Amino acid sequence: MSMLHAKDIASFLDGQRDKETLRFITCGSVDDGKSTLIGRLLFESKSIFDDQLQALETDSRQYGTQGEKIDLALLVDGLQAEREQGITIDVAYRFFATDRRRYIVADTPGHEQYTRNMATGASTADLAVILIDARKGVLTQTRRHSRIVAMMGIRHVVLAVNKMDLVECDQSVYDAIVEDYLAFASGFGFTTVQAIPLSGLDGDNVLNHSARMPWYSGPSLMGYLDTVEVHESNGRDAFRLPVQWVNRPNLDFRGFCGRIAEGTVRPGDTLRVLPSGVSVEVKAILAGFDEVESACAGDSVTITLSEEVDVSRGDVLVAAAAPAEVADQFEARLLWMVEHPMSPGRQYLMKLACKEVTATITDIKYREDVNTGTHLAAKNLGLNEIATVNLSTSAPVVFEPYAVNRVLGGFILVDKLTFETVGAGMIDFALRRASNIHWQALELNRTVRAAQKHQSPRCIWFTGLSGSGKSTIANLLEKRLHAEGKHTYLLDGDNVRHGLNRDLGFTEADRVENIRRVAEVAKLMVDAGLIVLVSFISPFISERRMARDLFAPGEFIEVYVDTPIEECERRDVKGLYAKARAGALKNFTGIDSPYEAPEVPEVHLHAGQLSTPACVDVLVDTLG
Amino acid sequence: MITLEAESIEIIREAVATARNPVMLYSIGKDSSVMLHLARKAFYPAPPPFPLLHVDTGWKFKEMYLHRTRMVAESGMRLITHTNPEGVVAGVNPFIHGSNYHTDVMKTQGLKQALDELGSDVVFGGARRDEEKSRAKERVFSFRAPGHRWDPKAQRPELWNLYNTHVKPDETIRVFPISNWTELDIWQYIHAERIPIVPLYLAAERPVVKRDGQWIMVDDERFPFAPGEQAEMKRVRFRTLGCWPLTAAIESDADTLEAVIAETFNARSSERQGRLIDSDIPGSMEKKKQEGYF
Repeated sequence: MSMLHAKDIASFLDGQRDKETLRFITCGSVDDGKSTLIGRLLFESKSIFDDQLQALETDSRQYGTQGEKIDLALLVDGLQAEREQGITIDVAYRFFATDRRRYIVADTPGHEQYTRNMATGASTADLAVILIDARKGVLTQTRRHSRIVAMMGIRHVVLAVNKMDLVECDQSVYDAIVEDYLAFASGFGFTTVQAIPLSGLDGDNVLNHSARMPWYSGPSLMGYLDTVEVHESNGRDAFRLPVQWVNRPNLDFRGFCGRIAEGTVRPGDTLRVLPSGVSVEVKAILAGFDEVESACAGDSVTITLSEEVDVSRGDVLVAAAAPAEVADQFEARLLWMVEHPMSPGRQYLMKLACKEVTATITDIKYREDVNTGTHLAAKNLGLNEIATVNLSTSAPVVFEPYAVNRVLGGFILVDKLTFETVGAGMIDFALRRASNIHWQALELNRTVRAAQKHQSPRCIWFTGLSGSGKSTIANLLEKRLHAEGKHTYLLDGDNVRHGLNRDLGFTEADRVENIRRVAEVAKLMVDAGLIVLVSFISPFISERRMARDLFAPGEFIEVYVDTPIEECERRDVKGLYAKARAGALKNFTGIDSPYEAPEVPEVHLHAGQLSTPACVDVLVDTLG
Repeated sequence: MITLEAESIEIIREAVATARNPVMLYSIGKDSSVMLHLARKAFYPAPPPFPLLHVDTGWKFKEMYLHRTRMVAESGMRLITHTNPEGVVAGVNPFIHGSNYHTDVMKTQGLKQALDELGSDVVFGGARRDEEKSRAKERVFSFRAPGHRWDPKAQRPELWNLYNTHVKPDETIRVFPISNWTELDIWQYIHAERIPIVPLYLAAERPVVKRDGQWIMVDDERFPFAPGEQAEMKRVRFRTLGCWPLTAAIESDADTLEAVIAETFNARSSERQGRLIDSDIPGSMEKKKQEGYF
């Protein structure tokens, strides 16, 4: 780039504002010359300052591998250990600019044990420069890195056949390598693969065309990076904003902050809050200190809504016309990044956009041989291994397949104990949608609560004489329902009279009040989604009708436990009939207080003739 | 530029949303000024929900203290200042004890004391990856073991913009929202957003003395003149600001932001060249960082 004068500053700044940023990674096997190539790019783009160059000369003498020449690799290998060993351990980010673009380069390690660092660099890159040593051709690491590059969703590749100077700039060597690579990479879904023969050490075809390779007519590396078009659309413009932070400085302002993952938003737009599904309207959009008329993907904004709704961090605001999916079971590709193996069944923290949930790998479908792509069976996953897995989350998650949207499709797994980042994943698709929670806003009501419990709430009302077997049957029925995974509760005359109704006696008025209270409690429980079993003598038709009227049609099931009084009196489990006959107990049903038998109960059990289990069978059949 | 700003705001919000007790290290320099501006944008109309921390070595330029007062008033944020009391008692002086010892006691140890006292789990810093080679290797959310130690070989992989914000008690995270900015980006942004900066960044006549080939400004009476030595007036400015005895000025006529941008763009030496602490020993920044320096 040329000298800049203060008088040209206005036009310069205009140009800078619109300058595109291209993020790319360099990868390839150890000693393919990645760091040297980046050093060369920095050097050629005049991004190396004089004092750095001076320090480089000192360093080159101490650690350099290039004899008397300066070792450009030392510009990027920033850690002492890297300089001493002459290798790259961790991903380094370097910056340079040309007249056309600004660049952020992630220099990633070639060694196999640092693959996770390579994936880290790839996750934010638009393009990958894959280096190949012209003397060695396509190596295992080349294949591994290409596979990771493809998996991370990078669609543009530069195949940099490096060290051409060491093969006498021979075209046939270059052609053979390119052919070899293209055959191997054909299935990776790269949009572009641009092969360039070069020498990072001497600078051939880095900035300018090399006089040593007149047979090559393609672009130089820098020329290509300056012009390649990498930004592709997924073919839609569906607004997505993961809510990062709720800004509530005072009662008059409630803003939802986040970085737009896709699409455009304008005041007045109708959005949906996921997972709740509530519809909202955009009131205003703040970008920094200013209110703006629109904002699009990549912008960090604060959105205010026309109405007060419940939105919290981790929720996603989406275009109402094109909402995202919500699910709690997924198929995903997973890269394991720690020594400690991943075992299915263990719980991890999963972070996807701004949402954090507990996740469990339920199944490893297959592991991939990173070198050949072969599918292998696996019981667990070790460091740097890649697998396709099924995954289940503790709560529904708003997502998109990774291929559609990286922000809502990429996730990390964090160990719950050590808090290490242990895995990186990319969602392919949902295995099934979480039930009843997508699209439509649902007020929390009995239907929603019941659906969560996978059952139809009911009030099963047992009526009959004391000793008729109501409680015994109700008890067994509850056990059966419980075993089937139903959510139940048993209200029994005795347990209620010990607490809620301890203030009531056995006068007719108290008996009515007793039933009224129990019926109301049963109603609340049905509303909560439970199957409620009520076991009460409840002798009067009118009170039972009062109870029935509290429920929706079909919800109240009256069960008449019909056991002859002689039989009840013969059993007399609690000795009450004896007391009543002796006059020690007043108002005892069947003795000195009437029992009004139901006329048309839903279920009429002739409990005198049927065994308890047989009675329960009848009830289970009736309940369906 | 818009992308850089959006990314930085995202980082700041993410850290605050997940932190227990965040604090922003405020050094009064241009990078801190940009970081503070971004934080104010991130939470507008609310003020940023955390305090500023200035680790004061007692050797900052007078104009820096003035600027600090102004910015605290303007942002409506709380300022916490900390000076290592042991250093004060010992009378640590960069002219006497050398840059290394001064930086270690007053900055690194002072910072650790302040963070321990505050019990902060998340600390924002204005470091940039283009500044120095070991910084180029650092994560945006840089995890620190108990004792604020940085282990460059045990960094958490950082994929996409998904930051692992979990720490155990005693562990902390240093968050660098402007990791991906370059020096030129900083100046362009200051220009575009009209961000107030310390006037020392612009050229003016200032009293300086040449020491080891570098121009050191005489900011107060503590400057130890050699016999017969005198300050001379030179038109100078600073590319970076720290403790005045340890920060060299450059000769320059760039007295406007536009001129500074042009000068930065054309510069043939790095901004940290004026920092005397970086070149003491090879790998010195990496060592300082491992010990807890920012």
